[in-house]
Amino acid sequence: MDFDLTEEQGMLADSVGRLLADAYSDFGRRKAYRAEPRGYAAANWTAFAEMGLLGLPFAADDGGFEGGPVETMIVMEALGRHLALEPFLASVVLGGGLLRRLGSEAQRRAILPRVVEGEIVLALAHQERQARHDLHDVATTARRDGAGWVLHGAKGVVLHGDGADRILVTARTAGARRDRDGISIFLLDPIAPGIVRRGYATQDGLRAAELVLDGARLPAEALIGPEGGALPALEAVAEDAIAALCAEAVGAMQALLDMTVDYLKQRTQFGQAIGSFQVLQHRAADMLVMLEQARSMAMYAAMMVQEKDAAARRTALSAAKALVSRLADQLGKEAVQLHGGIAMTEEYKAGHYFKRLAMIATLFGDADHHLRVVAASGGLPETG
Amino acid sequence: MDLRYTADEIAFRDELRHFFRTQVPAEIRRKVSEGRKLGRDDYVTTQKILHEAGYATPNWPVEWGGRDWSPVQRYIFSEEVQACAVPQPLSFNVNMVGPVIATFGSEAQKARFLPPTASLDIWWAQGFSEPGAGSDLASLKTSAKPDRDHFVVNGQKTWTTLGQYADWIFCLVRTDPAAKKQQGISFLLIDLETPGITIRPIITIDGGHEVNEVFFDDVRVPAENLVGQLNKGWDYAKFLLSNERIGIARIGLTKERLARVKRLAQETPAGEGTVWDDPDFRRRLAWSEIELKALEITQMRVVAAQRSKAADKPDPSSSILKIKGSELQQAAAEMLKDVAGPYALPRPEAEEEGLNLPSVGPEWADAAAPLFFNTRKVSIYGGSNEIQRNIIAKAFLGL
Repeated sequence: MDFDLTEEQGMLADSVGRLLADAYSDFGRRKAYRAEPRGYAAANWTAFAEMGLLGLPFAADDGGFEGGPVETMIVMEALGRHLALEPFLASVVLGGGLLRRLGSEAQRRAILPRVVEGEIVLALAHQERQARHDLHDVATTARRDGAGWVLHGAKGVVLHGDGADRILVTARTAGARRDRDGISIFLLDPIAPGIVRRGYATQDGLRAAELVLDGARLPAEALIGPEGGALPALEAVAEDAIAALCAEAVGAMQALLDMTVDYLKQRTQFGQAIGSFQVLQHRAADMLVMLEQARSMAMYAAMMVQEKDAAARRTALSAAKALVSRLADQLGKEAVQLHGGIAMTEEYKAGHYFKRLAMIATLFGDADHHLRVVAASGGLPETG
Repeated sequence: MDLRYTADEIAFRDELRHFFRTQVPAEIRRKVSEGRKLGRDDYVTTQKILHEAGYATPNWPVEWGGRDWSPVQRYIFSEEVQACAVPQPLSFNVNMVGPVIATFGSEAQKARFLPPTASLDIWWAQGFSEPGAGSDLASLKTSAKPDRDHFVVNGQKTWTTLGQYADWIFCLVRTDPAAKKQQGISFLLIDLETPGITIRPIITIDGGHEVNEVFFDDVRVPAENLVGQLNKGWDYAKFLLSNERIGIARIGLTKERLARVKRLAQETPAGEGTVWDDPDFRRRLAWSEIELKALEITQMRVVAAQRSKAADKPDPSSSILKIKGSELQQAAAEMLKDVAGPYALPRPEAEEEGLNLPSVGPEWADAAAPLFFNTRKVSIYGGSNEIQRNIIAKAFLGL
């Protein structure tokens, strides 16, 4: 039993914390970053690459640094704390996560070193309208066409899809819409013919895209991994994403609690700081309880995401996401209420943290969904 | 960062588990598991077994029977005791008065009191709360006036848990009525056989006799029974309460209770199947398991932090553990009552009325509602959950 960071992990936490504190030192800068062509700061992305963040989970042969879930947790928590816009989740955890698991040596060599360098941003196009939180629900089809493939279908919420240089798309090469078998992954260049990409802003100030595949033709080598057998890797990547999002939520919750407590100390009404009112003190105390419970669950997620037993791993990650989703949502709402009117304004940062937390709560399954998973499984696995 | 125990830690846990399951009578462990009342003999029998194996006072100084365990080992011990449904060594003795005497007592007091305190040959009661001093403990009024080589004690203590079994009581008493609240309090050891002491039962809403009132009427206490310095009792009381950090959340116990709720839900008929087949019930149980898992890791983080750095800066962890731990104990007890359903109603056992009738429903169901009623206490005692929120807000958030 050990909760300490290694020396290298401590150094990583310090340097990524400093980098982001500097890049997001003033909340006004976030607005400027959002106005850049890709919806985030190109300069920050370059700085991430220079610090080695974009290669953290990849094998050395793929140009990476062989980090694990704890390293991802450290980075995601810092991104959450500063409400950063950059597509670390989309490119490194999701797109990169699939490619490193499923890609052939040639496919990995062609793409991953450029992802690590920050030259190529990846995204994952998976979400379809009917699927909600079910990973195996895929209606998009890929049919063999000569040596290549033809894809038909629509993907709704492709995180950071509008700025991505390459997109990994899930499509069904066999079976019915909700079959577990028959799902394959393809790597495509989103400017290819037959692909209509419509970028948009998300409610939390980040970017996404809708992707319509209307007879998009892909070469044979666009297939990543086994034909029809991509679901286990997709599930593993979703579990990585859950662990990452739990860490991001904890960073954002910490920042939001800090700013709420500061505000309670500064804001005076009825001739005194509102933080002197016990009814507000107790609500702030409950926010701290929520934060620490969420932090514990984010650590649990980071440690269990490497569990070998797939059923135990799945239940554990669902438990983490269920609780963190619920607490992120609750803490966000409490922060808005304790701030009062100021948190309702576009200008003040608290409302933006609240919005990001609300979106994290639903990404890759909300509290209700994951609670159902845990309940259906019969309970949590033992640790220790 | 690794949640798993090391091989040494697993061996330590397995050794404890084996000892508890083979050495502590199954009948006593069954009572704990079902949340039934333990008699004096159950506590004494268990503590003597633990004491002989060196498990009664592992956290004491080594010269007085402590084991010099690491924080992780202490944590594993605390969890295993609970998970194996072993009655914990009497907290008043081993977590409260023992460490106070060992740290602040005279050599004579240590020699006289520590060995029988460890073996439970002296049963201690806690004399802190008073009718007018609950959450505001420092407003206590029980007075001790010096009279040559004695103190004369007058006043009333209340909520004295298991006082009916006790031989001695450690009391906070006011020795300087003129001083500011916290500064005129002393820590006094009182033999309950002393003339002028009356103990009266308080029957709680579950029908049990667990707590008492203790009245002191011109009770003469030898001055040598003062612990530490005169008027420094509040410091010793704070020291005593801070010793409770590990185990305050009672995670092992709640884990054991939730497992039992699950087992009984699978046996209890409902509709075409059992209570367990109801998805709403399963979600509710799953939610408690999830929250408990988070709390377990929160507790492990506290234990790990005790090992790696000095714990002298403000730390909200014991308040967090108290708040969530008590809520989860209550949730588990409530679910057990709900599994019992209509068979939570019959009350065949009522000790104060001398009733002991056959069960109407399954035997376990008789104890379900009383346990639920009784468990409401856990968010009130030990610093109510509202006091814990005050502590977090003031000491940690700086509000």
